[in-house]
Amino acid sequence: MAAPPALATPGPLQQQPPATGAPAARKARLPAALIAASAAVAAVLALPLVFLLIEAHGAGTSTVAGLVFRGLTRELLWNTIRLTFVVTVLCAVIGTAAAWCVERTALPGRRVWAVLVVVPLAIPDFVVSFGWVSLWPWVQGFRGAVVVMTLAVYPLVYLPVAASLRAADPGQEEVARSLGTGRVRTFFRITLRQARGAILGGCLLVALVLLAEYGAFEILGYQTFTTEIFTEFNSFSLTSACALSLVLVLLSLIVLAGEGRLRGKGRVSRSGALAARQLSPHQLGRATIPVLAGFALLIMAALGVPVGASIYWIFEGGTHSLDGISLPGAAWQTALYGVGAAAIDTAAAFPVALLAVRYPGRARNLLERSTYLVLAMPGVVTAFALSYFTERYADSFLYQSTPLLILCYSIMFFPLALVGVKASLARAPVSLDEVARSLGQSKLAVLRRVTLRLTGPGLVAAFCLVFLSVVTELTATLLLIPTGAATLATQFWVYEQNVSYGQAAPFALAMIAVAAVPSYVLGRFFDRSAHAQR
Amino acid sequence: MISRTRIPRPPRNSGKRSRLPAAAVLALACGLLAACGGGAAGSAGKSITLYSGQHPQTTQALVNAFEQKTGINVNVRPNDEDMLADQILTEGSRSPADVFYTENSPPLEHLQELGLLSKVDPATLAHTPAKYNSPQGDWVGVSARVSVLIYNPALIPASQLPTGILQLAEPKYRGKLAIAPAETDFQSVVTSVLRADGKTAALSWLKSIKANAGSHVYPDNETIAADVNAGTVAFGVINQYYWYRLRAEIGAGRIHSKIVHFAAHDPGYVLDISGAAVLKSSKNQAAAQKFLAFLVSKQAQEIIGNPAKSISFEYPIASGVTTLAPETPLAQLKPYPITVGELGDGIAAIDLLREAGLL
Repeated sequence: MAAPPALATPGPLQQQPPATGAPAARKARLPAALIAASAAVAAVLALPLVFLLIEAHGAGTSTVAGLVFRGLTRELLWNTIRLTFVVTVLCAVIGTAAAWCVERTALPGRRVWAVLVVVPLAIPDFVVSFGWVSLWPWVQGFRGAVVVMTLAVYPLVYLPVAASLRAADPGQEEVARSLGTGRVRTFFRITLRQARGAILGGCLLVALVLLAEYGAFEILGYQTFTTEIFTEFNSFSLTSACALSLVLVLLSLIVLAGEGRLRGKGRVSRSGALAARQLSPHQLGRATIPVLAGFALLIMAALGVPVGASIYWIFEGGTHSLDGISLPGAAWQTALYGVGAAAIDTAAAFPVALLAVRYPGRARNLLERSTYLVLAMPGVVTAFALSYFTERYADSFLYQSTPLLILCYSIMFFPLALVGVKASLARAPVSLDEVARSLGQSKLAVLRRVTLRLTGPGLVAAFCLVFLSVVTELTATLLLIPTGAATLATQFWVYEQNVSYGQAAPFALAMIAVAAVPSYVLGRFFDRSAHAQR
Repeated sequence: MISRTRIPRPPRNSGKRSRLPAAAVLALACGLLAACGGGAAGSAGKSITLYSGQHPQTTQALVNAFEQKTGINVNVRPNDEDMLADQILTEGSRSPADVFYTENSPPLEHLQELGLLSKVDPATLAHTPAKYNSPQGDWVGVSARVSVLIYNPALIPASQLPTGILQLAEPKYRGKLAIAPAETDFQSVVTSVLRADGKTAALSWLKSIKANAGSHVYPDNETIAADVNAGTVAFGVINQYYWYRLRAEIGAGRIHSKIVHFAAHDPGYVLDISGAAVLKSSKNQAAAQKFLAFLVSKQAQEIIGNPAKSISFEYPIASGVTTLAPETPLAQLKPYPITVGELGDGIAAIDLLREAGLL
C-alpha cells in the first residue's frame, strides 16, 4: 500500500460534510451505470420475496389468517422476539469488547485470538447445539438458545467492528486523550462512536440471522416462528410455509426500521485517508489476566465445546460400513462454493454500498435497505424460489447445477457482504477521490487506486463473512446441490441422520478447519495493511 | 449413495438453451466448476435419479447392489422426505426425480392424491403383502418399523410404564415423558388414536401429553433415544429401530435403556411402512420400475434384514424374507389394525397436533 505521503499524515479533526448536504452538487452526475448495477442486484435479491407473495396468494387469505391468528402464534412471536433481543444485545457487547481488545490493546497473543475469535461463525449451529446438548443436557429451551446462538453468531458483530476499529482514525482518540479525557470516557465517547455504524450493522445481521434460524432451535427444542415454518414444509404445505415466512419479512422490516432509527444521521469519517496507523496500544496492566481469562472462556465455549464433542465422537462413536464421499472431496467442493458466492457478493455489494454511501436519497436508500430482507428468510425459501422460477420461466435450465447453487448462496448471504463493504466505504472520504480526479486520474483509476484500496479491509471482511456462512449452509444446499456432489455440511448431516456420530464428527472438524483459513487470512491482512500504513 | 462425486446432470432439453449467449457462458462456467469438482464422467449406460428420504446407509447398500446387478446408474439425492415431497411439487412436470423412496407412507400418499405417481408394475406389488402397499397401487411397501416405548429402568421400573398409548396422558407421568411430535412416526400414532377414539378424545389426550412432556418435546426420535439412554428423561415413544441403531453406534455396554411394546392391538402399537414410487413425470419409467422391482426382491430384502449389511434394523416385508436382527420377528407383532390407506397423508394428525399446540 504505497500511499502518497502527504495524504498519510493524520490531519486534525475534519468532519465530512453531512450526508444530506454533500450529494446536492453531485446529484446531477449520478452515474447511470451505478444505478443500473444496484437495481439489478436488488431485483435478483427480490426473487425470494416475489416467490413468497405468489405462493401466499395461492394459499388464500382464510388459510393464512387461520395459521397466523392462533394461540401458538403469539407464543412463537414472543419466543422469537425475546430471543432476538437478548442475543443481539449479548453479541453487541461480546463482539465489540473482543474487537476492541484485539485491535486496540497490547493483549498477549492477539494474533492468535484474532483468528480464533472468528472461527465459531463457521461451526454450523446444529453442531454447536449438538455439542452443548451432548455434554450438558440441561442446555435447552430459552436459556440454551441464548447460549448457543450468542456463541454462534457474535462474530457477525466482531468482524465489522474489528475492521472498523482497524481503519478508524486514531487521531480523534489521541486528541481526546491529550485533552485529558479518561480512558473509559474516550472509549465511550470516541471509540464506540467511531465503531457505531459497524456495531449497528453487525447487530442488524445478528437479528436477521436469528429470525431465520432453524437447525439449532430444532435440536434445543426451542420453538420460534421459523421452526413453525418448517412444520408447514413438513406437512407438504409449501403455500402456508410461504405465507408464514411473510411474517418473518414483517419482523425484519421492524428490525430494519429500528436499526435505521438508531443509526440516525450520525456519520463518522476520517481525516487523512490512509491514516489507519495504529494507536500505541493500550496497556492492559492488571487487567491482562482477567481479559485473557475472558478470551479463554469465550473460545472454550464457542470453539472448545463443539470441537471437543466432535473429537469425543471420533473416538467413542462406532464405525459403520457406510462409505461416503471423501473428506477432502467434500472440503474442496465446499470451499469452491464458498469462494464463488463470496466473490460474487463482494463484487455485487460494491455498487449498492457505493450508491447508498455516496449518493444517498430516499429511493436509493430504500433500494439498499430492501436487500437486507432476504437474510431473515429461511435459506430453504430462497432455494424453493429458485426452483420455482427456473421451472416456470427457464425450462429448468441449470437446475441443480453449481452456478444455480452459488447464485442461491449469493442471494442468501448478500447482506453480510453489504454491511462490511458499506462500513468501510462510509469512512473513505469522497474528497480523496476528488483530489485524485483533479490530478488527472481517470474514473476507473480512481476507483481502483483510491476507493478500492480504502475499502480493502471491508471487502476482505465481506468476503470472509459470506464464505463462512456458505460453509455451514444445509437446507438450501440439500435442495439445489448438483446430484452426486456433497459439501461438508450435507455429509455431516447424512451421517448424523444415521446416528453415525463417529463418522459425522470429522466433517464438523473439517468445517472448522476450512473456516480457519479465511479467518487467518483476514487477521494477517489487517496486520499487514496496518503495518504498511504505519 | 453419495459415494462418488459425479458431474452434475446436464440440464434437460439442452437444445433450447442456445438462444442465450449469457447462458452459454454460465454453462461453460458450470462445466469448468464441475471439472474442478473432480467428478468422473457418468457411464454411457442408463441412469436414474432417486429422491431418498430413507436412512442413507440403507439406501446406499441397496443402490450399490442394484447398480452392480443392472448396470443402471442411480444418482441419489438425500433429504428430509417431506422436503423432497415439497420439492417434487415445486419442480412439477420437469422434476429430475425418477423414483421417490421414503421412510414413511404419508409423503407417498400425498403425492398419490395429487396424481403425480405412476402405477407400480403389478409383478412388483405382488412381492409385498397387499396390506403394506398403496391400495391404489401407486407405491410399493419396502420395509416396516414399529412404535415402542423406550425407557430407562433407573428412572422408571417397567411395572410402572403405561401399557396403552392413552395412559401417557395420566398425571403421574408428568416430567417423565418425551415425545417428538414433528416426526412422522409420532404422527402415525396420533392418526391411530384419532381413528380409535375420535377427535375430541384425541385432542384432550394430546393436551395432557403436552403437559406431561413439558420441556421434553424433542425434534426427533434420535434425541429421545439418546436422552432416555443418558437418563435425562424416563421414557418416550419412538420407533424400535432407533434404539437398535443407537446400540450399534455406542455399543451394548453403554446402553442403559430398554424398549417395550405396547399391549397387543393398542392404538399406540403402529406399524410404519417405508415405500417407493415412480414419478409420473419420469422419462425413465422402465429403469425406475426396475429399481422398484429390485427393492422388493429377495436380494434387496435380505440387505435390509441383515444388520451386517445395512444397519437398518427395519423389518423386511417382501419376498418372504425375515430379519436377522435380534428383535421380535414381524410375524409375532400385534399392531393396531390401521391400514396404510387410513394412515393417509397424516394431515389430520398434523392439524390436531397444531390445535393442541404441539406443532
